[in-house]
Amino acid sequence: MHALKTIALAVCGILSCSSAMASELTLISFGGTNQKAQDKAFYQPFMKTSGNKILPGEYNGEQARVKAMVEARKVTWDVVEVESPELARGCEEGLYEKLDYSKIGGKDEFIGKAVTDCGIGFFVWSTLLAYNADKLKGAPTSWADFWDLKKFPGKRGMRKGAKFTLEIALLADGVKPDQVYKLLATKDGVDRAFKKLDQIKGSIQWWEAGAQPPQMLAAGDVVMSSAYNGRIATAQKEGKNLKMVWGGNIYDVESYAIPKGAPNRDLAYKYLQFSSKAENQQVFSGEIPYGPTNLKAAKGMPAQIAAELPTSAANIASALPSNTQFWVEHGEELEQRFNSWAAK
Amino acid sequence: MTATTLTAPAAAAPPAERTLPLKTRLQRAERRKKLLHLALIAPLAVFLLLTFLWPIGALLKRSVDNPEVVGGLPATAAALAHWNGQGLPPASALAIFVKEMEGARGSTELASAAKRLNTEMTGYRSLIMKTARSLPLPDGSNLQEGLAAIDPRWSETRTWQVMARAGQPYTSYYLLAALDHAVDADGAIVAATEDQAIYLDVLGRTFWMSLVVTLCCLVLGFPLAYLLTSLPTRSSNLLMILVLLPFWTSILVRVASWIVLLQSGGLVNQALQALGLIDEPLQLVFNRLGVYIAMTHILLPFMILPLYSVMKGISPIYLRAAQSLGCPPFQSFWKVYFPQTLPGVFAGSLLVFILSMGYYITPALLGGPQEQMASYFIAFYTNETINWGMAAALSTVLLGATLLLYVVYSRYAGQGRNATKAR
Repeated sequence: MHALKTIALAVCGILSCSSAMASELTLISFGGTNQKAQDKAFYQPFMKTSGNKILPGEYNGEQARVKAMVEARKVTWDVVEVESPELARGCEEGLYEKLDYSKIGGKDEFIGKAVTDCGIGFFVWSTLLAYNADKLKGAPTSWADFWDLKKFPGKRGMRKGAKFTLEIALLADGVKPDQVYKLLATKDGVDRAFKKLDQIKGSIQWWEAGAQPPQMLAAGDVVMSSAYNGRIATAQKEGKNLKMVWGGNIYDVESYAIPKGAPNRDLAYKYLQFSSKAENQQVFSGEIPYGPTNLKAAKGMPAQIAAELPTSAANIASALPSNTQFWVEHGEELEQRFNSWAAK
Repeated sequence: MTATTLTAPAAAAPPAERTLPLKTRLQRAERRKKLLHLALIAPLAVFLLLTFLWPIGALLKRSVDNPEVVGGLPATAAALAHWNGQGLPPASALAIFVKEMEGARGSTELASAAKRLNTEMTGYRSLIMKTARSLPLPDGSNLQEGLAAIDPRWSETRTWQVMARAGQPYTSYYLLAALDHAVDADGAIVAATEDQAIYLDVLGRTFWMSLVVTLCCLVLGFPLAYLLTSLPTRSSNLLMILVLLPFWTSILVRVASWIVLLQSGGLVNQALQALGLIDEPLQLVFNRLGVYIAMTHILLPFMILPLYSVMKGISPIYLRAAQSLGCPPFQSFWKVYFPQTLPGVFAGSLLVFILSMGYYITPALLGGPQEQMASYFIAFYTNETINWGMAAALSTVLLGATLLLYVVYSRYAGQGRNATKAR
């Protein structure tokens, strides 16, 4: 009997029986602690309530993989976690399905930045200044302190790339958050940002993966670093004495999107609806301190957790919302200039 | 034996063939043999063609391919091909453009055309999107004024020149950009401005770093290979295993272990500090030194193995003969032994050099921005910005440079070998 079942399954696999396939949702995210939080808040309860299986996978945000699948018409991913500029570009280029919001719960349920044509934001994350309180004498309070090599000698960590680095440079130079993108759209503004970066260029150690800053801070390779708030919070839970400075943090929304031609579209929609629910997003924020996008989720959140989120009133007050359209437009030019600058 | 092979086909052949002269029959047999040989290597040849030559050809084509604007706005591209590039395009071309934009609104083809235009002129993407949204123009209005009302950039010659250039089926844009050059408004090739120029530096750096790694491998590998050949078999086998063991370990594991060893709180720095040799930890990783150390370690077996195989074949009699004839030890090594190892030196150096040229993961993990080689930027354009034209152009430049070097090198190495033989 058992053998028969195995054979039936094998035949099914070869012929890709639709009934067997429909119950499995391939879900790709960025991995790490973030994926663990998703697993607890979304994957496990979704599997339990709907009876469908989730096959989790990882990628590093390479849109080339999505593009290759969509162009070859062999899409195997059902839901993908995507960052905002990639989502906007991918949406225009037809890599992702245009979402039908009536299947998710309506656009009014969410904060404005979370609602886009092809993706539904499911958490708000933040890039901020983090430092190792064990190694640093005194406490930096702003990006201007990040530039103060006299008061805080030592190496600084920054993300290798123009995005966020240029914004941070202007914020450190005293530019008001609402003026940052206006300035960066001009040649003078970009020059000003690079000139500011020149001041600390020799002391910067560049990182690429979100897991690096807490590790570099803990190892003492750098005394402060730009970092994702969730990663620092996780390191704090593990007992590292890392501190965050919320002044001048830059926040953005992370979204789920459905690649065009995904094999289980209906199930993917069910998952999007499930992960957009206030109660599930609350569980997620409790696991890793990224802010919920569902407006109702903010209410009834324990105060202790709420204070750690990028979406809390105190943290968002001095924050700079990342401008997706700006980066879609200027990304290529500025990244090239950044690469050229960094390599010299 | 010869007699049987000659008579056997003759006996089996049909009557008509039996009358043919021996020479023809021999030729036929020879041809059959050749066909058989061809059939034997055919699978491999087809395999190589499909998995090696064809992808490289496709890659080279991609570096000059320019399908986006031709695909997104075909009629406009055709109309602009007849435009002389002065002033603004004629009203007929503008009409075609407006009509085509209306039809293409919201299509993915238009989006990729806009993305392509944006690589040549920042801001073109939003210009296209905005214009597509604002069309159609009110009935009977002047096309030129109508477009200028949507955005003043439509009344600039440069905007149209960029579109005309990007509307050709093939482009030199990517290849020129990969060499830090661009075509300016007048169609002349000019060098990129200093704050945008990068790839020539990167190419030079790729060559330089590969050269340093090759030399390090040679300096470290030569004595070791010599030791391997001169030791008794048992201990040399053990040494060989020690050489090969890291060779079989995953490259990521080796790179990660170097980070652990070399970082500022790492084992090397701790040991040096404990010995009192240094006060402050040395910066050994995330700079060029770290990349050199790790790359030399990873590539060392590729140097040792060819050297070892050549050295194994050199008889020790020559050295003894030289010394018995009164040649001092170093002289006899340099004049008699070393020239005989040259084929191994050349083979090993070439292998290490060409492998280092394509190195990606080691500099990416162990180096800073000043250590990134050409492959890093190829990966950057392939994965992050999905600008495959640029990735292909950089690959083409790297491939071309490597091939050029190989040709020069093989000539030189060939001469070296001939010189050895002559001696």
